[in-house]
Amino acid sequence: MAKLYNESLPEQVKPTGPSKETIKFLLNFSKSLHITKYNKMTFEASKN
Amino acid sequence: MRMENVQDAVLVRQYIEGKEYALEVLINRHKQKIYSFIFSKVMDKDITEDVFQDTFIKVIRTLKKGKYNEEGKFLPWVMRIAHNLVIDHFRKNKRMPKFQSRNDFDIFDVISNGADSTETEMILSQVHADVKRLVEELPEDQKQVLKMRIYKEMSFKEIAEQTEVSINTALGRMRYALINLRKIIEQHNIILTDN
Repeated sequence: MAKLYNESLPEQVKPTGPSKETIKFLLNFSKSLHITKYNKMTFEASKN
Repeated sequence: MRMENVQDAVLVRQYIEGKEYALEVLINRHKQKIYSFIFSKVMDKDITEDVFQDTFIKVIRTLKKGKYNEEGKFLPWVMRIAHNLVIDHFRKNKRMPKFQSRNDFDIFDVISNGADSTETEMILSQVHADVKRLVEELPEDQKQVLKMRIYKEMSFKEIAEQTEVSINTALGRMRYALINLRKIIEQHNIILTDN
């Protein structure tokens, strides 16, 4: 069983920057996120 | 003025004011530095991508909630968030060693997950917390009945006895409590589930 667990080996890859999909996801996430404040409460809503 | 020349602080202010394009400029301006910083710590492309994404989700939430402290500078602040998330990643990894599936065998093919996912649990606990806070906004008599019925699971007969009102009054208070809760939720477009 112990053999099933192993350390992840460092990849021999140079960082190329985040993928376009990640950036697109973040921008869409930002557009869809609405914050509602009611009295002293804050609510998050994701609107597509 | 070209966006490339606009200072971070100005872009942050524009973003907080609702100009979404400002975020795109900020991300594109700093993505390489932040990504390289994360990669230098975790040395794994997929984890770097995840931590990078989580970093900006936190940035977006904080900015939209108006909790960003303008005294600090944007990039060092984002780097600090990334740094904390990298630490979180290593803490989690220490508790749960990483298992890498091979092509011919995947552990998730043979184990089932009967429990709710962490995400589901988090959403549920957030929903419960939101509902509790909304309940606190109700008038005292309605709040009292609702708490007894929902949280203490008392019958309307017991509620009526304890609050010294008729059963009909207790029922009426419960009805108005639910109506008022729905009203608050609808008026403010509050979404309590992810469905």
